[in-house]
Amino acid sequence: MTSRKRNALIYNILIILSILVVSMPVILSLVISTQTPTQVYSSPPRLAPSNDFSNYPKAWESVGLGRMIFNSTVAAVSVTIGKIIMSLLAAFALTHFEFKGKNLLFFIVLITLLLPIPVRIVALFQITSSFHWIDTFWALIVPFLASATATFLLIQRFKTIPSELLDAAKVDGCSPMRYLFQILLPLSSNTIGALVVIQFIYVWNQYLWPLMSTNSREMRVVQIGVKMLINAQAMNNWGIIMAGVVITMIPPLLVFFIMQESFMKGFALASEK
Amino acid sequence: MQSYFKNKWLPYLLLSPTLIILLIFLFYPAFETFLLSLYKVAPYGNRKIFVGLYNFKQMFRDSDYIYSFVLSLIFSVVVVAAGLSISLLIALLLNQKIKGARVYRSLLIWPYALSPAISGAIFRFLFNPSNGYMGYFTQVLFGIYPKWLTNGNLAFIVMIIAATWKNLGYNIIFYLAGLQNVQKEALESASIDGAGATKRFFAITFPLLSPTTFFLLVMNVIYAYFASFGLIDVLTEGGPANATTILIYRLYRDFFINSRVGYAAAESFILFLLVVGITVLQFKTTGKKVYYQ
Repeated sequence: MTSRKRNALIYNILIILSILVVSMPVILSLVISTQTPTQVYSSPPRLAPSNDFSNYPKAWESVGLGRMIFNSTVAAVSVTIGKIIMSLLAAFALTHFEFKGKNLLFFIVLITLLLPIPVRIVALFQITSSFHWIDTFWALIVPFLASATATFLLIQRFKTIPSELLDAAKVDGCSPMRYLFQILLPLSSNTIGALVVIQFIYVWNQYLWPLMSTNSREMRVVQIGVKMLINAQAMNNWGIIMAGVVITMIPPLLVFFIMQESFMKGFALASEK
Repeated sequence: MQSYFKNKWLPYLLLSPTLIILLIFLFYPAFETFLLSLYKVAPYGNRKIFVGLYNFKQMFRDSDYIYSFVLSLIFSVVVVAAGLSISLLIALLLNQKIKGARVYRSLLIWPYALSPAISGAIFRFLFNPSNGYMGYFTQVLFGIYPKWLTNGNLAFIVMIIAATWKNLGYNIIFYLAGLQNVQKEALESASIDGAGATKRFFAITFPLLSPTTFFLLVMNVIYAYFASFGLIDVLTEGGPANATTILIYRLYRDFFINSRVGYAAAESFILFLLVVGITVLQFKTTGKKVYYQ
């Protein structure tokens, strides 16, 4: 065996070990989700799954997961679409126009990076209450529609697009909005793909704000559902809890795997210089 | 970019949706939270009395708050150190020229899509005292059965493990992107000069990766301080006996459960200073020492 082949073998083994370590908690949750309480509590622990999937409908019904998945999906999809459109407009304004106060407005967007939810949560809750938005979709969607991160990723992408395109478009009498939607948008598809993944997962996985801004069973989101599922299983029926955990991780994983290629491409571009 | 569209009002119109949201839901609440920190507010918010820095003085006299403050610090340092070193190692492995690298890459970054709450639920099962896998394995391997989630210190360790694991996917993604930018020529010429793999890593790769490392440092500190809330609420609810009550969990309890509005606003403002501090630190360090291509 040549040393190159030996090295490749070692790398493969190390990588497979890393994959096992990284995936093990999720693999175990899949296994447990098919087990009855007796199997879960057996000693030594049973590492084999069974072919019994009855925990899934039980988890679904016990806390009303269907409604929660609907709520989380509405919030995640609305924020993702709204944020990307608003960031496209903002990034376009900040890269393709000259106007008074441009640097100041850029700075205003930039400085919001210093204001994550916990540093403004007390007053944010009061404002949301005064709008009578508590326990509505408005609370889950509107405060998240503007984003410095999304605007900057798009600004970076727009800056790499050759200005000859803009000159040619102006000669042809192309209007600004047509240029944005017919030229810049298709050229930024990977950045937008990356943003779809980042934003969908960000909203889907939110916990603190939905916990405070919703209170009825009808408006709860899936992350709170995980906690409710644990509390609902007084006897700690872990099979049912893990089935619920598996259900709630499917939608973000689907988005991640479907968009994976453009996500990785968008990122490689974003980190260039 | 040299050429621009000429239009007087269109850029303002394009920016206005973003600016309106930022003003109403970011700047105003941040400012108002700061103002509230100077008041004592009646539980239902209908009466408030200006008290100056009273809330802050109370806070730093409260040994429970100091305890949470120190806990947050230890938590973030360990989560950042462990998370960044493990994910850098994995990213370096993935960056080797081997068959199937693309598949391996997918198999290692997908936990990015999982939430802190899910991580909390899975680790609560793995370490639970009655049938947790971890208890069984430590008993077989070392003959001990630690009370993982019922002992304060051990619960804190479980929280660190769960939080570190949850952020591995995110960190690996950014290190992989960073590694792609490390100039291959620099590495090749160094290897011709006879530098070994370890020397090459510390002399070339690691300094070239420093912008990524500093970015991840900030993002991971913010993650440890804030985003770990869901993990804690599902895993330990801050217990046993406050052993896992870091600042964000205390803030939630003081504001939402105990309705101490002014006091919670003061806690919030301390978190704001922390974010400002680490961001300034990042800008200063990246400006001076960090290697840019």
